[in-house]
Amino acid sequence: MSSPIRVLLAKVGLDGHDRGVKVVARTLRDAGMDVIYTGLHRTPEEVVHSAVQEDVDVLGISLLSGAHMTICPRIMDLLREQDAEDTIVVVGGVVPDDDVEPLKKMGVKDLLLQDTPPNQIVETLQRLVAERGPR
Amino acid sequence: MNAPTDPKHVAALQQQLELWEKDEVASFLKKQPEREDQFQTHGGFPVKRTYTALDVADTPVEDIGLPGQYPFTRGPYPTMYRSRFWTMRQIAGFGTGEDTNKRFKYLISQGQTGLSTDFDMPTLMGYDSDHAMSEGEVGREGVAVDTLADMEALFDGIGLENISVSMTINPTAWILLAMYIVLAQERGNDLNRLSGTVQADILKEYMAQKEYIYPIAPSVRIVRDCITYCAENMKRYNPINISGYHISEAGASPIHEVAFTMANAITYVEEVLETGMDVDAFAPRLAFYWVCQSDFFEEIAKFRASRRVWAKIMKERFGAKKPESMRLRFHCQTAAATLTKPQYKVNVMRTTVQALAAVLGGAQSLHTNGMDEAFAIPTEEAMKIALRTQQVIADETGVANVIDPLGGSYYLENLTTEYETRIFAILDEVRERGGTIKLIEEGWFQKNISDFAYETALRKQSGSKPVIGVNKYVESEENVDIETHPYDPDTAKRQIDRLRHVRATRDETKVQKLLDELLVIARDESRNIMPITIELVRNGASMGDIVEKLRTIWGTYRETPVF
Repeated sequence: MSSPIRVLLAKVGLDGHDRGVKVVARTLRDAGMDVIYTGLHRTPEEVVHSAVQEDVDVLGISLLSGAHMTICPRIMDLLREQDAEDTIVVVGGVVPDDDVEPLKKMGVKDLLLQDTPPNQIVETLQRLVAERGPR
Repeated sequence: MNAPTDPKHVAALQQQLELWEKDEVASFLKKQPEREDQFQTHGGFPVKRTYTALDVADTPVEDIGLPGQYPFTRGPYPTMYRSRFWTMRQIAGFGTGEDTNKRFKYLISQGQTGLSTDFDMPTLMGYDSDHAMSEGEVGREGVAVDTLADMEALFDGIGLENISVSMTINPTAWILLAMYIVLAQERGNDLNRLSGTVQADILKEYMAQKEYIYPIAPSVRIVRDCITYCAENMKRYNPINISGYHISEAGASPIHEVAFTMANAITYVEEVLETGMDVDAFAPRLAFYWVCQSDFFEEIAKFRASRRVWAKIMKERFGAKKPESMRLRFHCQTAAATLTKPQYKVNVMRTTVQALAAVLGGAQSLHTNGMDEAFAIPTEEAMKIALRTQQVIADETGVANVIDPLGGSYYLENLTTEYETRIFAILDEVRERGGTIKLIEEGWFQKNISDFAYETALRKQSGSKPVIGVNKYVESEENVDIETHPYDPDTAKRQIDRLRHVRATRDETKVQKLLDELLVIARDESRNIMPITIELVRNGASMGDIVEKLRTIWGTYRETPVF
């Protein structure tokens, strides 16, 4: 039996909207994944540090503050610096359509925005981890 | 009400109802079953097939009463919208003070009757615009305010004695209030003639919205200081807006929205009473803020029940004597979490129905959401449509001509009383479990909120909670043609330039001396923090200066998340 998918869910910056991230945390936990949630108001450095320490498969970043184009590039850079670029980065929350492609170009694997059904989130993560293959 | 009290009348009604179920209903059900086996409200209250006089038999006639009379179920005032419509108060805030000032003036020119201010995340959380945590957030979700100079720009050309101004701000509310006071003083305004509201409801931040800085005890003390300061110096100003809105938006059920908010309100009242102030000296200015969700009758029942519950709490528990202390006044906002990205124009319809429920429920002021708010903060055009929605309800539908026109509806009165009973039961539970602050620290409220949020997500997924465009009548290939609010990339630079200019031109020695004095006052819980804060902002202290100074003695709150 393969070990459960390990996920770190993070709230970065000043944004306090945590309804969605908690629904996601519970959904993934109920689907049998190992879920760690950082809590609110973390810096990119703290989040990447945790992701590396916990050796997670997926880093989920929840952003509803509009600061994603500032925060996401920094997280991607930090992951590279830590040799952890095989961490699958997924973004959830409110992101304008125009920013979706630029985020994917910088390495965000998928965006799960408002009203994504819980089971679709589970399937997306399972697919992304399967595509990456064992490490 | 014509609730049946005569036993013969009751028996006759019961018999009639039984026969109806047995005959008409049963024969129809044979032909076609109902859509659901059991109907229920959004909040999970079972809904019967229909309601009769039997369903209001347990509601005392005096609990329904008349508008402007205890327990104010039917409205806080005896004439309501027959005298004056609710205040149409669209919230606005983005960029710098100048940017938002333009939006304010536009909204006023379109017939808006009150102002409401949204601040950006750094302002909400107490960081100056040049702090590392502020990067990417300055002026993005609201207007940036660091110093008094920003407030001067924000309200330039707007007469503060002529329009009520609401400020949506919490952990740093007292600093914004201080800036507002100094601005009014500079202009020679009479503080007792200012009307408006500062949200300042910190307890719901720990429960739901999560904008907090310090631990709970000093934060509640700050709220207490705002309330007592305003009671003594600003007779027409609401020093707090005790808010269920964010509890609901964080995922709570409507019953928890009201019950948890009442638990917070009780905590504030107790805190102020400990200073020795008489309850009737401050209670009349306590204001509330509810969401309006999409379950039409449930929301109206919720508003009516909240007035009855508050009246009883103030009279029976706190011994208030003045009717003004017992009547609940509320601002209302339609539910942002009901807005969808797919087929976004449908949001206008959602908002219209919610706004109508708010009006039928007797709101004192109302914000209607923009149709584009699932994308970004609203454009001017979206705000205009939202304002026009209120104006149509006010001017074209006639619903404002009769007070509480749904009063006496068997269903609504029954649901109102159900709500009252459940709210008091939850308040008893809170007390038995050790009180509001203890339960916040234990994550009890937070767990209840996230439980309902999770259930709602599952109900949307299964389709048992239909959302048009999302899980029903979905258009697979939607071509979204929408112009959203643009963010000016120069905002942060413009803002930081002004902040640095203020810092460079102020009397630094004086500011530092005042900051030291702030610490002395903050350490002495019996003193009020408002006067020293007013002096600080008058002398050019920034929000960040004040917040960071106090952090040295109070520290930072960190929650243990529950989900």
